[in-house]
Amino acid sequence: MFPKWFDKWNRDNPTDIYKPAILVGVAGGAVFAAAMVVAWGQPFKTDSLQTGPRGTGMSVPEFEADLAVPDPGIAGFLATTSAPVVPQGGEQTAGAARDNVPPGLEGLTVENYDRLLAAMRDWTGIPGLFDDPASYQTSVGHVMIGMTQNLNENWAGHVNANKQVGVTCYTCHRGQPVPADIWYDLGDVAERMAGWSANQNMVTAQSQYTSLPSDALKTYLLDGEMIGVHDLDSRVAGVPGKDGYPGIQNAERTYSLMNYVSNSLGVNCLFCHNSRAFYDGAQVTPQWGTESLGIQMVLELNNDYLVPVGGLLPEDRLGPVKGDAPKVACKTCHKGYQQPLQGTNVIKDWPELVTTSGEPDYGN
Amino acid sequence: MAEYQNIFTQVQVQGPPEWGMDDSGELMAERGGTPFFSRLVGWIGNAQIGPIKLGMLGVISIATGFLWFFIVGLNMLAQVGWSLPEFLRQLFWLALEPPSPEYGLRMPPLNDGGWYIISSFFLLVSVCAWWLRTYQLAQEHKMGKHVAWAFASAIWLFLVLGLFRPILMGSWSEAVPYGIFPHLDWTTAFSIRYGNLYYNPFHCLSIVFLYGSVLLFAMHGATILAVSRFGGDRELEQIVDRGTASERAALFWRWTMGFNATMEGIHRWAWWFAVLTPITGGIGILLTGTVVDNWFIWAQEHNFAPMYDGSYGYDAYGSYEAFIGQED
Repeated sequence: MFPKWFDKWNRDNPTDIYKPAILVGVAGGAVFAAAMVVAWGQPFKTDSLQTGPRGTGMSVPEFEADLAVPDPGIAGFLATTSAPVVPQGGEQTAGAARDNVPPGLEGLTVENYDRLLAAMRDWTGIPGLFDDPASYQTSVGHVMIGMTQNLNENWAGHVNANKQVGVTCYTCHRGQPVPADIWYDLGDVAERMAGWSANQNMVTAQSQYTSLPSDALKTYLLDGEMIGVHDLDSRVAGVPGKDGYPGIQNAERTYSLMNYVSNSLGVNCLFCHNSRAFYDGAQVTPQWGTESLGIQMVLELNNDYLVPVGGLLPEDRLGPVKGDAPKVACKTCHKGYQQPLQGTNVIKDWPELVTTSGEPDYGN
Repeated sequence: MAEYQNIFTQVQVQGPPEWGMDDSGELMAERGGTPFFSRLVGWIGNAQIGPIKLGMLGVISIATGFLWFFIVGLNMLAQVGWSLPEFLRQLFWLALEPPSPEYGLRMPPLNDGGWYIISSFFLLVSVCAWWLRTYQLAQEHKMGKHVAWAFASAIWLFLVLGLFRPILMGSWSEAVPYGIFPHLDWTTAFSIRYGNLYYNPFHCLSIVFLYGSVLLFAMHGATILAVSRFGGDRELEQIVDRGTASERAALFWRWTMGFNATMEGIHRWAWWFAVLTPITGGIGILLTGTVVDNWFIWAQEHNFAPMYDGSYGYDAYGSYEAFIGQED
């Protein structure tokens, strides 16, 4: 193929071509990659939200690609909402014109009741909601309407902490009869071990796939136990784990809850805490206060609404291990976002859901 | 040139297996295993494998060590209902946990930490027997006991975590669980529970010696490799009969940073840095919960936890709406 003098020259002048080839390849590849990053931009750019004083490293990072995509739930909600029909006086009431009106909504005008009923059917994905008074869905729905009104009326400190956003059925349900990200009691996940071993060291979703305790949601968001584990003096008497002094495993259970909160909101520890002193109320962000109210809110929702609702549900809607009622926690509404539906105001069209009085304020 | 760019040993010596000395006339009796050569092992160390002199202490150590290992493993297996697939799937999550706090320093039921106490006892025997063995072997070779004392510093930390501190705290529940992820969780929880271990000065010292060990090891290894062409790898000879290798290495560091160790001194630096890592760490652990319950508050009281100026919360630095690009 090549002329003879070329082959002969090559034979007489053996040269290691691999070393320069590898060198040129590696260096060339690096130059190419660097040029691409400069020309086209870094494909995994991040942005961060500073949450504390300079020097503390407090910030919440996100991929710009994730930030560019709005929560798909927002479009889903906007497709199902509609502006209220402001009553002019003298309209027929829903209680008089319609059958099976949920208690508390009888006083609505027919137009607004029909509007609300259609929206609730879209939000919950139950087409015939409230048609059948004997259905368990009807009785559960009655409780849920009251729960939503209570949330908007009494828990503004958490729900509207940043601005008016409010809560509708859609905030949790997202078009599904059973909302995603509810939780059940898992029981003793390591029942063969007594005592401290019993509720950890197993892969469960509730421990966020860590080996931390799997009963954090039950302990703190249903039973309302104390979350903080720190001593507030540099030295205290007492044995941890006894006499009300939290032990190591209390710290692990708290850590499990904090992992859950962090994943539910798509944030890190620094959204609420200065991680050098988790306990210190002087070094937390206002979001810590919002979150603390949220924990109280979830305790009320679970104990006053959802656990009682368990008695109305059919067996196949109850927990697989303990047969307990489905319960809510942060992720049921937040779905991985700092604010549910990224802070979309869902309540401005629905004054019917803001009050338990049965007399919505349409601003007229 | 290329031989210096290699992480593997460049010279492998293989010949008749070396049996070593037998000063006392008794060492031969307890040696076991037919020696053989492995090219693969030769890349990272001496190519000769065996013979090994396990001795009585070695047998005790390995037997009790396996007892600990199997007690832990069988307890893990019990927790997944003796299912091998689940055992493999959850292996890194499973653990044998210490007793609940209500038992204090008493012996709890087997399934509530009793197995933990029993296995810990075997682990204690195993580690201590292995320590005695390092001492004994050094003695038989008429060596200094440097290895044994260095190992003892690691055992100090081990004993603080599993024996001394639980006894001072009055509860076996303070001991560390035996499991891959669980012992890491314990470490994190320990720091959080006691108000941030980074503010524990002995923890600081331990980190200094740990990172310092790494730095010294890299400096020393690099220096010796760099002067091995002048015979610098014959370190012991160079200690008493300084040659051009030592002088070049010394000059290099003196010109770099104004100070240099010696062929002997660098090994003392390395030994003390390594040994002080667990010694200071162990002191820090021993003080936690016994003398200090919240290290951050302790640091504030001793004026070395600085306060930072500025607001807490993102409202002071930007808005959520701007962050997610949904500003109206």
